[in-house]
Amino acid sequence: MSLMSNLSTSMISSSSSAFLAPTSFNSSRSQSVSVPVKSIKICKCVATPQEQQQTGLKMVLCGLFVCFEAYKTKVSRNSNIAKLQAGYLFPEVARRRAAHLLKYPNAQVISLGIGDTTEPIPDVITSAMAKRSQALSTLEGYSGYGAEQGEKALRVALASTFYSNLGIEEDDIFVSDGAKCDISRLQVVFGSNVTMAVQDPSYPAYVDSSVIMGQTGQFQKDVEKYANIEYMRCTPENGFFPDLSTVARTDIIFFCSPNNPTGAAATREQLTRLVQFAKDNGSIIVYDSAYAIYMSDDNPRSIFEIPGAKEVAIETASFSKYAGFTGVRLGWTIVPKQLLFSDGFPVAKDFNRIVCTCFNGASNIAQAGGLACLSPEGLEAMQEVIGFYKENTKIIVETFNSLGFKVYGGKNAPYVWVHFPGRNSWDVFSEILEKTHIVTTPGSGFGPGGEGFIRVSAFGHRENVLEACRRFKQLYN
Amino acid sequence: MYKLLACCSMASGISLQPKMVQASLGVQKQGNGHCTNVPRNVNLEKLQNNYLFPEISKRELQHLDKYPSAKVISLGIGDTTEPIPEKISLSMANYAHALSTAEGYRGYGAEQGNQVLRKAIAETFYKNVLIRDQEVFVSDGSQCDISRLQLLLGSKVTIAVQDPSFPAYIDSSVIIGQAGDFQDKTGKYQNIVYMQCGPENNFFPDLTTTPRTDIIFFCSPNNPTGHAATRKQLQQLVEFARDNGSIIIFDSAYAAYITDDSPKSIFEIPGAKEVAIEISSFSKFAGFTGVRLGWTVVPEELLFSSGFPVINDFNRIVCTCFNGASNIAQAGGLACLSSEGFQAICSVIDYYKENTKILVNTFASLGLKAYGGVNAPYVWVHFPGLKSWNVFSEILEKTHIITVPGSGFGPGGAEYIRVSAFGQRERIMEASWRLEKLISNEKALFNSVENKE
Repeated sequence: MSLMSNLSTSMISSSSSAFLAPTSFNSSRSQSVSVPVKSIKICKCVATPQEQQQTGLKMVLCGLFVCFEAYKTKVSRNSNIAKLQAGYLFPEVARRRAAHLLKYPNAQVISLGIGDTTEPIPDVITSAMAKRSQALSTLEGYSGYGAEQGEKALRVALASTFYSNLGIEEDDIFVSDGAKCDISRLQVVFGSNVTMAVQDPSYPAYVDSSVIMGQTGQFQKDVEKYANIEYMRCTPENGFFPDLSTVARTDIIFFCSPNNPTGAAATREQLTRLVQFAKDNGSIIVYDSAYAIYMSDDNPRSIFEIPGAKEVAIETASFSKYAGFTGVRLGWTIVPKQLLFSDGFPVAKDFNRIVCTCFNGASNIAQAGGLACLSPEGLEAMQEVIGFYKENTKIIVETFNSLGFKVYGGKNAPYVWVHFPGRNSWDVFSEILEKTHIVTTPGSGFGPGGEGFIRVSAFGHRENVLEACRRFKQLYN
Repeated sequence: MYKLLACCSMASGISLQPKMVQASLGVQKQGNGHCTNVPRNVNLEKLQNNYLFPEISKRELQHLDKYPSAKVISLGIGDTTEPIPEKISLSMANYAHALSTAEGYRGYGAEQGNQVLRKAIAETFYKNVLIRDQEVFVSDGSQCDISRLQLLLGSKVTIAVQDPSFPAYIDSSVIIGQAGDFQDKTGKYQNIVYMQCGPENNFFPDLTTTPRTDIIFFCSPNNPTGHAATRKQLQQLVEFARDNGSIIIFDSAYAAYITDDSPKSIFEIPGAKEVAIEISSFSKFAGFTGVRLGWTVVPEELLFSSGFPVINDFNRIVCTCFNGASNIAQAGGLACLSSEGFQAICSVIDYYKENTKILVNTFASLGLKAYGGVNAPYVWVHFPGLKSWNVFSEILEKTHIITVPGSGFGPGGAEYIRVSAFGQRERIMEASWRLEKLISNEKALFNSVENKE
């Protein structure tokens, strides 16, 4: 009889994005699990293969032998989380990267996968954060708990920088530690009894948070969709804007523009139709504007540029891709006063309650950085870094164009959406990784509508981007 | 000079109306405004009032409106006041500066936290109880972690809380849909088990009469009562959890304030790793209330009934609903755990401990029964027969001191006031003096009994 040690795939796939060695949660689980005497029993340890895989328990298959059974609580696992198919997408990509490095320790891996900023934050911004840090050591400069909604000066600056003339006021703005966290907080506000629609493909946090919240049914393997979510297909054929006449009504509509992963930016006309659609259906749009600052064309940067949007939309945004704050953690969400539930109750009041109860404000140091971002000097400095990433994007677009690929995005977002017709995107991902040591993101990770596409992100040092393009040319020529 | 609580922006924004007005909002619409067809989350409707601490802030602002030149002293919200030791803020400043350099720039960090910090936390606080660094999840604070744990557990689990307790446990439970309806008669949510903790039972619940729940929230040293559970009490708790197959969520946010030999971590109790999660925070430990840093320990041994490791699901939540604590805050956290940083922090904690002593003595000298204050920066003062919101108002009106009414922490807090000991020494002294004056002048009102000795 052999001791089996099963490490479930879900454990490995949940390893962190920056973690270079594969995480093995059970690696240190000792063979001698210490249990009180009463747990030792003669037993036939039988577990279903699925359970074995999930628990990673060291099981001794036995007939007559004493076996040690690990203590289990009587608390049932949350069935919503059990619906999730695999780890969150980006840790999975990271895991594959780490595994690749193990295989090829000398490989010069270039990461165009996870959209992680790489260029240093401008001095004017980090100096402000350093200053705030040091002030915390002084009597006059020390501050404890901040307003959960964010520091007033920052809220004022956000309103005037991005929403002046749009009728969004500072008290409509809630500062946060980032869009991903805000998405989950919004889901907590909405609860499990709402229905939602997402673009297909879309940023995975919308779907995953919906599953966790209990809004969805089971995953349907044949169509690769969760029951109860309305997937709004966005393809080159429809200009990456859903045909709203075929979209069923849902309570919530997640919409990201400029889009992650396709890079598509919705036009004023399209967003006007979207707002009308939401109005007609009594729906709420959650508009993700994390990449608005990458817009090159003359498309709306905020949903609130569309008349009537304040009564149907929430907007989330982030300093991550604006200021390289991916590690610093700062974002904001706008919930207009005019946005009401069906009984007339203002959505902002419930969001505020969640923010006060389930959150305790963004780091005061990060907020000081955010304020500096919005100074004239800060804005200028940010634009320079963004210009740098935009240039990266251009280089990548040109490369794939020159290789004869159908390429989308890349104009209004730091993502290039490359079509590999008829091919499985994880296969293409693996092939690229294996043959060029470049990490990308497989389109199907963003939904079934992403199948046949690869997302190439344009963050990176210029030499790495150039080198990557050289390798792409070599592979695909 | 006398600082306003930073939560003051609440007043300028959305006004949170107390219960009676909130009910009427159901039919109020803003002019001819469009209503969506999205139903309000019924769980949020079940919440009775605003979250406790913004409500306290609101009262403070109203008081200041009334008495603009009043020198308000806040012994209410447990907000740290003393500057962060220089070594720590300097390391945060240096980290921030480094983000402007090619070598020092960092993007997304591990959602579970910086590996070095996780290790340092494991080694500093859990060295002898063998918590591994991969079981430590760094966060932006306990209030956030509590909600993430609720997301993990879902709406179908039952919970028990101490009564009184930190309001986030109950409120997050209501929000996620575990709690059932509020019952006006008892002041309790239907599905929550309230484990009464008072002087009569040594602030430890009688577990023989406590029904089984899936989850047991337990805070020690306790907010608001200040009581630190003894080793024996925690052994009973662990055994109770084990017998019932329950999971304890142990809140050790105030462990650094323990002065006797009460356990600082639930994992000091044998068998706890298979029944408990521990949450903790740099807030009251290092003055990081605004910087935002904490951690949660989920042992690998902790399993759901199916045998599935809880840590796997918590990790999934952390990766999906969170994106890591601020890297600058984490750099600060690491500095806190250096020997120099730790020493400096202990000095600040000693300062608050001295504040607490002063307050304890003040109440004792006034013949009031005051609890806590030995192992926590809170004094839990009993005003028998009086309503805590009335006592709160009376104290505020007559002495311009903010406290927290005990009933904000649950029906078990009904006749109590929580006085927090954070503050600059002069203000603590001033507050003591004002309280002495008020209470000795109005003995009858405050039911204060003359100390016959």
